[in-house]
Parts: sequence; C-alpha cells; structure tokens
Amino acid sequence: MSPTIRDMNNIMDQEEFIRDVTSVYPNKVAKKRLKHIVVKSEGENPEIEANVRTIPGIITQRGCCYAGCKGVVIGPIGDMVHIVHGPIGCSFYAWNTRRNMFRPREDGANYLNYCFSTDMQDSDVIFGGEKKLRQAIQEAHDIFKPKAISVHATCPVGLIGDDIQAVAREMTEKTGTLVIAFNCEGYKGVSQSGGHHIANNKLFENVVGKDDSNPIQDKFVINILGEYNIGGDAWEIERAFAKCGIRIISTFSGDASIDEMRRAHQANLNLVMCHRSINYMAEMMENAFGIPWIKVNFIGVKGMSKSLRKVAKYFDDPELTQKVEQVIAEEEAEAYNLIADHSDRLRGKTAMLFVGGSRAHHYQELFTELGMETTVAGFEFAHRDDYEGRHVLPDVKPDADSRNIEEIRVEQDENRFRPRIPVEQMKELQKEGFLGSYEGMIPEMKHGAMIIDDISHAELEQLILRFKPDVVCSGIKDKYMIEKFGVPSKQLHNYDYSGPYAGFRGAVNFARDIDMMINNPAWKMIKAPWDIEPVLRAETVA
Amino acid sequence: MLDMTPKEVSERSALRINPAKTCQPIGAMYASLGIHRCLPHSHGSQGCCSYHRSHLTRHYKEPVVASTSSFTEGAAVFGGGPNLRQSLNNIFQVYNPDVVAVHTTCLSETIGDDIPSVVRKAREDGIIPDGKFVIHANTPSYVGSNVTGFSNMVKAMIDYLSSREFGSSKDVNVIPGYVDPADMREIKRMLGELNVSGIVFPDTSDVLDLPMTGSYEMFPKGGTTIEQIMKTGSSGLTISLGAFASEAGGASLESKCGVPFKVLDLPVGVHATDMFVKSILEITGEIRPPASMIDDRGRVMDLMTDMQGYLYGKKVALYGDPDQVIAMTDFLVSMGMRPVYVITGTPGKRFEDRVNRILGNDSSNCLVKASADLFYLHQLIKNGPVDLIIGNTYGKYIARAEDIPFVRYGFPILDRVGHGFFPTFGYRGAMRILTSIINTLLDRVDRDAPEERFELVM
Repeated sequence: MSPTIRDMNNIMDQEEFIRDVTSVYPNKVAKKRLKHIVVKSEGENPEIEANVRTIPGIITQRGCCYAGCKGVVIGPIGDMVHIVHGPIGCSFYAWNTRRNMFRPREDGANYLNYCFSTDMQDSDVIFGGEKKLRQAIQEAHDIFKPKAISVHATCPVGLIGDDIQAVAREMTEKTGTLVIAFNCEGYKGVSQSGGHHIANNKLFENVVGKDDSNPIQDKFVINILGEYNIGGDAWEIERAFAKCGIRIISTFSGDASIDEMRRAHQANLNLVMCHRSINYMAEMMENAFGIPWIKVNFIGVKGMSKSLRKVAKYFDDPELTQKVEQVIAEEEAEAYNLIADHSDRLRGKTAMLFVGGSRAHHYQELFTELGMETTVAGFEFAHRDDYEGRHVLPDVKPDADSRNIEEIRVEQDENRFRPRIPVEQMKELQKEGFLGSYEGMIPEMKHGAMIIDDISHAELEQLILRFKPDVVCSGIKDKYMIEKFGVPSKQLHNYDYSGPYAGFRGAVNFARDIDMMINNPAWKMIKAPWDIEPVLRAETVA
Repeated sequence: MLDMTPKEVSERSALRINPAKTCQPIGAMYASLGIHRCLPHSHGSQGCCSYHRSHLTRHYKEPVVASTSSFTEGAAVFGGGPNLRQSLNNIFQVYNPDVVAVHTTCLSETIGDDIPSVVRKAREDGIIPDGKFVIHANTPSYVGSNVTGFSNMVKAMIDYLSSREFGSSKDVNVIPGYVDPADMREIKRMLGELNVSGIVFPDTSDVLDLPMTGSYEMFPKGGTTIEQIMKTGSSGLTISLGAFASEAGGASLESKCGVPFKVLDLPVGVHATDMFVKSILEITGEIRPPASMIDDRGRVMDLMTDMQGYLYGKKVALYGDPDQVIAMTDFLVSMGMRPVYVITGTPGKRFEDRVNRILGNDSSNCLVKASADLFYLHQLIKNGPVDLIIGNTYGKYIARAEDIPFVRYGFPILDRVGHGFFPTFGYRGAMRILTSIINTLLDRVDRDAPEERFELVM
C-alpha cells in the first residue's frame, strides 16, 4: 500500500521533495516553480502562484486560449455551427475529442459531430482571410440554415489582422443568422483560462437574456453553469433535479441549446459547477438580471446531496425542502449500497489529482467517500481564487497576460433586472458565504497534503517514484506515462470514455471504475516469473 | 447520425467540413519521435503541442512527450526567439535529450521567426551542450497537411545530419513513410529476412509501441540513432516509401550526398510489396526472396483466392492520407474490389493522377479527389451507396449514418486497437488487412441474413 499523508509526514519531508524536484531546473526556473508548489499545514492555507506563464521548454499539461473558448465553453452548444477560422489543425483536434454530449431538441438540429474550418491556406495568410471567412459563413448558412454561427480565431488570424468582429456583424445582417465572433487566438493569456473568459463575455453579450417570449412562471427554475456534460454528467444531474421538481432552463454549456441559453435570464438561481470556466457568467448574470449564484459540487454522493440542500435552502420552501430530503434519502441509500462493495477494496488507498481548474478539487470529496485519501493535487489552468477562495480576489494583481483578456463591466439590465430575494437577505447570505462565494480547494485539503500548480512532466514523474500513489487522475497526455510505472491513471477530462461520474449514480460508476483500475489483477502480472525469482535449470530425467 | 448533411452536393470554396487531413506540425512531431533520444519541440502556442501530443497519444495509446515555446501575446508581437532560446536551455538541462527537433507552427511562421539563427546563437552561447543536436523544419500549418509536415521533418534530418563521411555503400536507406511503428518494424524484419543491411528512418518502433515493464523511460530504446542518420549519406540507395511522405527526403539526400533514390508506393498489398522486395533483390543480387517470404506471399494469395466471392465487385469508398490511399487502391483493385470514391484531404493533383493510373480503364467509374473532405464523401455515398468504407476513425459516423460496413485503416485510429502491433506492410500486413476486410463483410452478411439463410460455413 502506498504512503498516506500520515506516512508521508513520517518517512518523508515534503519540503525535501520540493527541493529535490526543483533542483533539476535551472535556478531561475526553480525559483519560479517553487512558488507553484506548496504544502498545506494545519489551520494555515498557503498562498500559491497560479495563472502565470508556463516556462518555455518545461513540459506542461496546458493548452491554449482557443481550446478554452471553442473547445470548452462554446463547442458543446450542439445546435450551432462553430466555424474555426484558421489552418485546419485547430478545428480538427477539437472535433469530437472532449465527450461533451448533446441530444438534439425538437427541431433536430445537431452539429456536434461536425467539424467546420476555413482551412486557411498560405494565400489567405498573405492577403488576409476575411474574404474566405465571409464566404465560409455564407456557405454554412446556405447549406445548414443554422440558428446561429460562431467564429473562432486561431493564432494567425490575430497576427494578420482579420477583423472577425466586423465580418460577424456584416454577415449577421446579410444572412439574418446570428454570427458571434470570438477573438480567442491561441497565444492569448497563459492557458485555456483566457479562452473561457472570452467565451463568457461574448456569450453573455450576444445570447443570454435575448429571449423574453414565453415567460417562465415556475418558481423553482435554475441554470447550471460550468457543467459540460462529459460522459452524460449533466443528464444524471438533471435527473435528480427533475425528481425534486426543480427545472433547469439551461446548462452552460453541456447539452446546451442556444434557444435555452437565450432564456437563461429567467432563472431564479444559478448553480456554478466549474467555477474557473464560468464564474464570469455567474457574476454578469447577477449584475444584469439579479440572479444570485451558489457554488456547488455534483461530484460524490455527499456533494450531490449538499448541492441539492443548498438549492432547497435558497428557495426556502417547506414543500420543496421535504421533497429534496426525500429524494436525497432514496438516492443516497441506493448509491451507498452499490458503492459499499467497492469502497471495501479501496479503503486506505491514495490518489493524486492534476487536472483542469475545478476537477482536482471536486473529486477529492468522492475519493474521501471511497475511503481514499488525496495526497497531492493541483490544477492545470486555475487562478488563485480556485485554490485559496474568492476572498483573495482583491489581492490578485492582473499581470500583462491577464490584462490582454477583456474584462467587461455589466450594468443592471433595466428591463430584465429583478431581485430574486430581498436585498437585505441577499447581503446576509453573501456575508455568510452561501451566495456568490467559493472557498477554493486548499482549505478543504488535509494537513500535509501538497498542492502543485501547472505540474510539469518532470515533477509528475518524481511524485510517482517517491510517493507511489494508488491512482493518479490526470489527462490523456499523462495517462500512459503514469501507467508505464504500473500505476493506474484515471483521465478526468474524458473519464476514460466511461461515465457519467456526476450525481448519485455517477458516484457509483466512479467507484466501480476506480475499483476496477486499482484492483485489476493484471497490474500484478507486470513482473514476469523470471523477474521475481531465477528460473532453475530443470533436471532431465535419465 | 450526421442528419444535417444534405444529399445534394453544393459547391463550396471556403468552408471545410469534416476534414480528411490535419496540419503539418503533428506530422513533424511524429517523425521526430522516430529519432533515438529526441525531444520534439513545437515552436508556437502551447495549444498546438498539447493537441498534437493528445492526438498522437489517442492513436498509439502510448506516452508522447514534446515541449513547446509557450508563446504569449508578447512573443506573438515581438517574436518567439527568446522563447526558443529559453526552451533549449531548459530542455537540455532538465530532460537531456540527444537531439531536439524543432518544428514551427502557423503562429511562428506568420511572425517569421528565424529558427536557424536562434539555434546558432544558442550554440555559440553554450546553451546547446557539445555533442547535442538541434534540428529544425519549417512546418506552416496553412500549407499541405500532416503528411507534408512529416516529409519536411524527414528532410530536416537529412539536411542537418546526413553525411558522406560515415557509413557504407552496402547499406540501403528506407524512409518508411508516415506509418505506424508496426510497419516500420515490419520493414526492418523484411530487410533482415532479405539479408540486407538497412537504415530505416525515422523509426518509431520501440518508441510508440512500448511494453509495460513497471518503469517509464522518457527516451526509450527505439528510434533511429543520430549515427545511423549520419550514415545515410553513404548508403547505396534510398527507398522512399510513399511519394507524399518520403520523396522529398530521398531527393534531398541525393542532392546533398549523391545517394540515388527510388520512390515506391507503400508496400501495402501484394503488388506493392512485390515491388519493394524486387527493389531489395536488385541490390542483393539474389534472384528470389527466401522461402519463408515466398510462403508468406503464397498465404496471402491463398486467402485472396479462397475468399474471392466475398470481395469481387464490392464497391468501396476509401479516404485518408495520400500514400496510404494510393497503396490501398492498388490492393483493392488487385482483389477485384471496386473503389468508387477515393479521396484525400491533402492537396496534390499527383494523388489523382496516380490513383487514376492504378484504376486504369475503371477510372471513369471512380471519383478520385485530392483536397476533399468527409462531408463531401458522405454526400457522394448518399447519392451512390457503397458496400464498404475504408479509412481512419472519423468515417465511423458516415458508416453508422448510412449503415455501411467499415474497416479502419490509416491515421488516426482512435477507437480500436491492433494497429499498434500488427503491420499493414508486407505480405503479413496484407494478411491482416485482408482478414479485416473479409471478416467485416462476413459480419454484415451474418447480421443481415434472414434466419433461413443464416449459414454455418462461409
């Protein structure tokens, strides 16, 4: 069995590990990396450096701004045509590789399995690509007549100065189809994170709150923000909410339909799942429409129950509360019953998580439910508030890279702003950290746990060698490296093509999969018999 | 499935839908992995490197390690030279490869970063340790395709490393093309069987088909060594397999070191393999290949004739990278199948000419097109159905939409296994392709047979 945090304290000084692992770097690099690696100690939440440039040449998990915009936030909207303006690769790699699932609505529109690109050639780079983009939008309109078209800029587009915003405006007018352009060139910001922000801004400006027809009268109506329906997560979450009588207008942006997003301002509450990628939207919707938001975590049985209870508390309706409690009782009983068998085999095992900007936090609760311990965790593209909590926001000074990402100030929408709860109550709930608050990952981690931001290939390798975790949760680029060590790796971007992992039933699936990964007898056969003891020459029978 | 695709084909001049190609840098990264102890380096934004590593990993189910210059907006405006310099410094100190193979991206190409001068300066300043190498290829994503990127990186290996000073004229160079490690391994096996000393480069076997041992080596035992690549300049002949991926390398080696070269189709199928084997026999002076190889060939012919009833006259839609598609067209024709749509996303009229030549008189019954995409192919199929689709994983959507049997072939294959171990090259590769085609067609016969016609023996 691998060392738990307690053992790690006894046998190994984390500080020593940190010194060792950073000693392989040139001094300047080591100095920078040291700020990204911290140890949590009792009662103290260390400050961590995050959302700064990855050092060139240091092998990173991170992707680009375009990946955050098109790949993460906008791509999952299934009934829109998403045109990537650039050479073919950017669109090709983001084609059906993220497992954001979508079911078409009544109109049947579904572009999820399509890949659209302007496939820029050298002449477009030399003479400018606007003409080709205009033509591509026209062709998309002519062939598909979609409800809306998005345009995503890739690196060369910004450099050659194509004005994609002007093209979008012009083509919206010409075709009558809404065209939204995103200036998410890959080099912007320091990771995918800048792309999330750009996506939030434009989605808010162009889509959210644009449809007031058919006003929604129900009381218990919400949106779920930052849930991308990987492996069907959103559907499992929706199932539980539906059972409680709570209606979801729109999910941003898993299984999302543009029409539903246009009506999202009619909700009475926003739930924020992935704080990193969507907190901007939550804030803008609060400022413009008066919809409060609550940070939730749908991962883990307890996490799901807690999230449902938060919603019940917010609506403060005895009937709803009773219903929610009844659903929780039923679902928890069923889930725990199914998980028990797995957690018996997982108790005491250790996990490390290096993924995304939320998941490395969200899954810790589920591992705890399985009797496992998270010894080391870190995000790929999170900011300090995701690690330390939103209270640090005033202390975070924007650097040159963050300033390149537009921050939009949203005013009250006079026609659509409506306080959902009395102002006094809202203030009270905000003060107690119930509304509009996120505590971050570090406060929830144990004494002795290590936190590593934007982990490098070399650091991951050393962690495995030194601490021998039972499972490492990461992404596709790390998976097979980790597994060559004989350590199972759970991909938490794509769930290894399994799932759903969210909600009550998702927790059961996750327990089953982790049990399978750790206890698969095949791992024990990696060493061949002759590696274990020498083969003796057989005596031949005379 | 793909319900938005209309049957009517309309002219498109700007919108690419469901491409049958990707961009240059991934091919360059893949080729670089075929050099022993090489770290591929992507000079551009982080996303390129991340996407390429991810996609190669999805296909090979193996770790794919590469570094990036991690451009930010500042680098995009002022040039990425400092990022590359810093990268080289970090790479040699932290990861210690023998060679760094730099490829550019559309970003650094549009800026116009001068890689050689950055590298020269880094060498002068002691950032690149003695005995270590940095090579580079320009791989603008807006020209050609992934195959072009592979070809450009192979050419870079030659331009930087090949020399007339080492090596032997008895050696034969083989540039295997943008193919899987199993195919590169098969080429080496066949060269051994034919008793000829060869240098296969690049060579990703033992790099991207690693055994599970319980330990991880960032630079595993495989890959063509620098010494071997240096020696290629003295070899007696270069065989470039696949015109699109390998011809530029062969030509470059001829002009640099005077090594004659010969371009062959990828040895996929019996005929193309015969041509490859003949070319080797011409070097060794043997009049026949060894008995073991003749037997392998015979077994494929046995299968092709035994099962001809299931193959003959069947209409096939074929797409993918041009070298793979050209060779497969030839194989299909040789077994009496009828390619009716033959498509690549890579630009090149040469592709159309070569396929049409293979089809001969049948070319008028076949639509052959370069710079095409899978949306167009799907529309063609809607207008004239086929019995079988052959191509990379992306075709599964068309196969499902139109309920057509589907054989995976080429790059990438993201949803099945086997390509990591079993070659498509040579007579043995032909057996694998053939069994896969036949069994797929037989599964369909079984699935569709009414109960009274459901047969035990087929």
